[in-house]
Amino acid sequence: MSLRGVAAVIGLAEREPQRYTEDETNLDLLSGVAVDALADAGIDRSEVDGLLVHPIGGLPSFVPATVAEFIGLRPRFAELVDLGGATGAGMVWRAAAAIGAGMCTTCLCLTGTRRRRRPASSVTSEGGPAPIARGPGSKPPTRDRSPQAEFDAPYGMVGANVGYALLANRYAYEYGLTDAQRAKVAVDQRRNANANPAAFFHDQPLTIDDVLGSDVICEPLRMLEIVMPAAGAAALVVTAADRVADAAQRPAWLLGAGESVTHSSLAQAPGLGETGVGIAARAAFSAAGVYPEDIGLASLYDCYTIMVMLTLEEAGFCKRGEAGAFVESHDLTFSGDFPLNTHGGQLSFGQPGVAGGMSHVTEAVRQIQGRGGDRQVADVELAYAHGNGGIIAEQVGLVFGADR
Amino acid sequence: MSVRPIPPTSALTQPYWDAARRDQLTLQLCGQCGHRPFPPRATCPSCGASSLSWSPVSGRATVYSYTIAHRPPHPAFAAQLPLVVAIVELEEGPRMVTNIVGCDPAEVEVGMAVEVTSEPIDDTDMVLPVFTPSHETG
Repeated sequence: MSLRGVAAVIGLAEREPQRYTEDETNLDLLSGVAVDALADAGIDRSEVDGLLVHPIGGLPSFVPATVAEFIGLRPRFAELVDLGGATGAGMVWRAAAAIGAGMCTTCLCLTGTRRRRRPASSVTSEGGPAPIARGPGSKPPTRDRSPQAEFDAPYGMVGANVGYALLANRYAYEYGLTDAQRAKVAVDQRRNANANPAAFFHDQPLTIDDVLGSDVICEPLRMLEIVMPAAGAAALVVTAADRVADAAQRPAWLLGAGESVTHSSLAQAPGLGETGVGIAARAAFSAAGVYPEDIGLASLYDCYTIMVMLTLEEAGFCKRGEAGAFVESHDLTFSGDFPLNTHGGQLSFGQPGVAGGMSHVTEAVRQIQGRGGDRQVADVELAYAHGNGGIIAEQVGLVFGADR
Repeated sequence: MSVRPIPPTSALTQPYWDAARRDQLTLQLCGQCGHRPFPPRATCPSCGASSLSWSPVSGRATVYSYTIAHRPPHPAFAAQLPLVVAIVELEEGPRMVTNIVGCDPAEVEVGMAVEVTSEPIDDTDMVLPVFTPSHETG
C-alpha cells in the first residue's frame, strides 16, 4: 500500500518554546495544544479516533490511555512513538498508515514537554550510572542498564554534545569542513527566526562572528551551534482524503515517507555516506515520486549545525562532501534561493523535547498551506521534512505536497 | 566525590570486565561466522548464532573520531577537563567509545594509532580500558 495521497495534515497548533514552565504538567501542555489543533482544523473532538503520543516523563506506561482520557478521547487507534527527535515525523506516516488501513479516520499527533528549573547537581546524586540523555524524548533518570550506560557513559559519552562533536570531526576528516561554514547555517536560520514571532530567539540577531566567538563546548562545536532545550508542545491533525474537504485549512498532503533505525550507540553507526538519513530520505522521495531538486522548502532536523549539513548531502540536496560549499553558496533564508528551516530551525526556535523535531513538520505544513506569515516562501508546492533521533540513530523523512 | 559513571555490568558482560581487571581487552567471537560483536551480545548480530565465546584482541586501534570536551558532559568529569572522548576502531574491526589518555589532547587526531591501557575506576575494583598513543609511532 502506498501512502501517497491517503491522508493530509489539516490542522496544527504549537505552544511557543520557553525556557522553563512553572506549574503545568506534561498532560496540561498536551491537552492544551490538542484542543488548539482541533480548533485550527475546524473539526470536533468527537471526530478524533486516532491518537499518537510519545514517552512522557512521569508516566512509566499506559501513556496513550492516560492522554486519551485526560483530553476526552476514545480512539480506535492509539500508539506510542519512541524515535527521539524523529518522533514527530514518525507519527505523521503512522497516522496515514493507520488511516489507510482503516483503523481510524482522523488522528491526533501530540508532542511536548514541560521543563522545570532544577539544580545541575541533581543529575548524579548517587554517583551511580549516568542517565543516558539521548536527546529529546528521553525519560527521566532511572537506573539505566543499556549497553550505552555500560560501555559509553563511563567515558563521558553522555548527552548529545559529545556524539555530534565526534560526528563533526569525522565529517571534517573525510570531506573538509570549516567552523565558518557550520556557522553560516546558524546565521541564516536566525534570519528566518527574526521573521518568526514564535521563535525563542526572534528578537536577537546573529552573525558568523557571534557563533565563532561563542564558547567551545565539545571541539569543534560551539555554544551558538548547539540547540537550546526548552519547554513547549506541538500537535498535528491528520485526516483521511475523503474528510479533507470539511477542514477549515488547506490540506498538506503526505506524498511519501521513509524511516530508518541503524544503531543506538554512535560507535555502532554506519559510516558517512551510508547513514539512515539517506535511507529514510531516499525512501520518502521514491514513494512520493519526486526528487530533492523539486523541493521548495527543506525543513531539516537541526540539533546542531553539523546535522543540517549532513542531512543536506545524505538526503541528496547536494553532492557528498559538498555541504560546506553548498551552504556558503546559497542563501538559506525564506527569501533565498534554498529556503531552509524557515521557522528558524530548532537552533533559533528552541527545542521543546520532541516537539522540537515536530517543529520541522509544522513548518513544512504551514509553508504548504501558505500560512508562513512574514517568512512565507513563494509558491511552495513540495516540502521535505526530516526528523533525526539520538545521535543520528533514528531517521524519518516526509514529503508534503499542496496537491494530492 | 562523584566518580565516573560506573558500568552496570551483567552476567553476559562480566567476562569483559574480568579481563579488563587483568589489563586485557577481550571481546566475543562468533564460532559460526567469525564476527566480533561489541558491545557484548546474547546472539551474534551478524549471523544470529548463539555460539559466542570470548578471546583477547590485540588492543591496537586507530582513532575513528574524537572530541575534546571543554564542558563536563556529566558532572563526574568536571575535574578532568579537557576530556578526550573518542571512538576507536580496533585492528579486529569493532568500534568502541573510549578516552585517549597519556598525551596532550591537542596531539590527538583522526587516524592516529593507539593502544589499550588500563584505568581504575575510583571507589570500585573495576578497571576501564582506555587508549593511549602507540609506542611504535611515538
